[in-house]
Amino acid sequence: MSTDLQDERLRSRDGVRGVVSDIVDRARGGDLGVIPVVVGLVVIWTVLQILNPIFLSSANLVNLTLESAAVGVIALGIVCVLLVGQIDLSVGSVSGLSGAVLAVLFVGEGLPVWLAIAAAVVMGAVVGWVYGQLFNRFGVPSFVITLAGLLAFLGLQLYVLGTKGSINLPFDSGLVNFAQLAFVPAWLSYTLAVVAAVWLFVSGYLHARERRRAGLSARGTSVLAVRSAALLVVLAFVVWYLGQTRGVGWMFVFFVALVLIMHYLLSRTKWGRAVYAVGGNVEAARRAGINVKAVYTSVFVLCSTFAAVGGILAAARLAAANQSSGGGDVNLNAIAAAVIGGTSLFGGRGTAFGALLGIIVIQSISSGLTLLNLDSSIRFVVTGVVLLLAVVVDSVSRRSRTSHGRA
Amino acid sequence: MTVLSLRGISKTFGAVAALTDIELDVDAGEVLAVVGDNGAGKSTLVKILSGVHPPDSGTVTFEGREVAITNPSAAQKLGIATVYQDLALCENLNVIQNLFLGHEIRPLRLNEVAMETRSWELLRQLSAKIPSVRVPVAALSGGQRQTVAIARSLLGDPKIIILDEPTAALGVAQTAEVLNLVERLRENGLGVIMISHNMADVKAVADTVAVLRLGRNNGVFKVNDVSTEDIIAAITGATDNVVSRRAAREGAAGHTPQEGRSS
Repeated sequence: MSTDLQDERLRSRDGVRGVVSDIVDRARGGDLGVIPVVVGLVVIWTVLQILNPIFLSSANLVNLTLESAAVGVIALGIVCVLLVGQIDLSVGSVSGLSGAVLAVLFVGEGLPVWLAIAAAVVMGAVVGWVYGQLFNRFGVPSFVITLAGLLAFLGLQLYVLGTKGSINLPFDSGLVNFAQLAFVPAWLSYTLAVVAAVWLFVSGYLHARERRRAGLSARGTSVLAVRSAALLVVLAFVVWYLGQTRGVGWMFVFFVALVLIMHYLLSRTKWGRAVYAVGGNVEAARRAGINVKAVYTSVFVLCSTFAAVGGILAAARLAAANQSSGGGDVNLNAIAAAVIGGTSLFGGRGTAFGALLGIIVIQSISSGLTLLNLDSSIRFVVTGVVLLLAVVVDSVSRRSRTSHGRA
Repeated sequence: MTVLSLRGISKTFGAVAALTDIELDVDAGEVLAVVGDNGAGKSTLVKILSGVHPPDSGTVTFEGREVAITNPSAAQKLGIATVYQDLALCENLNVIQNLFLGHEIRPLRLNEVAMETRSWELLRQLSAKIPSVRVPVAALSGGQRQTVAIARSLLGDPKIIILDEPTAALGVAQTAEVLNLVERLRENGLGVIMISHNMADVKAVADTVAVLRLGRNNGVFKVNDVSTEDIIAAITGATDNVVSRRAAREGAAGHTPQEGRSS
């Protein structure tokens, strides 16, 4: 019998049925995972589709994926800071400033586009580093530091843009092309879907084999096969449906790639463990020998850098950087996306995939209400209500976890 | 064989002499209980041994060599592991993740299989009753958490383990489990320093009792040669103390005298 299943108190959970009953058990215990966001998405899509039949059309969904990339990247950074139990309220301003820096260097100064992009990204990293230093050295709450940053970088953005207040990016530049017109060819999309499914199966199979060799229990091959087949069906359907019109945008693929990279870093590296540990119990992390200050700094740097990258994508998508770039609801949408995606505001819980799911919810609401010709006032109210619901779900499931003894 | 010995250890915080001329010896395979009232200097002693505070004067000899324990990682490298009273576990992480926190195998692509195998080895070695190592620590009972904390301290193959109030927050059955664990550590040849308030626990597992009073040594006893009353007398500094008076009063009133608690 496997080393890890010898305790008589463990109920045996084999095969596909075992996996399903595990998920049900966990949800009952308050470990909801992605269930609320998936349910929320189904409800929102159903309602919006009934209100306006165009909503679930291929053209609109293609648009939705492209629109979600910029704020989604920013939300990915927010997930990281929330995991260590901190917050960054200045991501909107930093993204706006990043767009402005890009536009000024690229269009105003005539620098090559890659240099302008690099400058904007480095600017974001420096901002995050400064936050980290302020937080570590002076112990100022991140809430206050980044609130100051929100205002200061908004001011800097206006200053950088100068009196004109708006700079257009040339339509024939590669950057704008990437954000607006570059789509993955159909054959490559299907290939990527197959590669993803095969990779999921192979990595799962190798992992299971390694576990069995070490005398531990492992997922059966049938479970792995079902999982991979399900992924393949879902991906192939998405590719096919989006392919009815323009297809899958490269910008969205870029966003998904960032999500996958962050998922790996958070779940499979020592740094990721340290991030979760700091979010769960700072003192324990410190005594375990983790350099807590370095973890905080790395996370702030990562968040601001993602904000800068998001700003570049937004500017490219709009083909312009102006005074309202990164303003309005960008900040709150990014934070809302992270929270809706299941990242706890209390730290120590959440995944990179949360950012992907969360931003699709947020963007669906935004897109659906725009299709209904509703005013932005109503959009704000609805987004606010959804955010509130997400936080309530977070708090309630946290309470339920405590009573069921799951952190 | 004496693994760790302290000679003339003193520590002052401002005008307060927290420890004065402390002498202590711990053998391999010995459980040394350090007892004393609040403010006797037990915590300061733990902190000196675990490298949180360096001593002002005195020498620490570890395996025959004089050593300086300047910081917590120095203590760990020497082979002195400390299990703090609050255990310092991350409740959102599972047992494996907590055991290996800060010492993960293969940092850039975590080797979960090796870590899980090693976790089971450690827990089996302690005959720990933890059904699954993949549950978050929040799901474990107090005794199980104590076990995890002790198992974690064993990862670096220490020679000395310091347990700070290991049973303070535990129920009857869980206390017994932790005491079994302490005995198992002794069987494995480790020197155990157990800080405790609980005389019953001390009598149950310790080989030697060192009493601290107001920052000074106030006697080292072999547990088998000494009664609880004598230990309490050494802790309070008088045979006629509040504990004995209370015991006498209750005895006179026809109750069985309460044994055990010094606080």
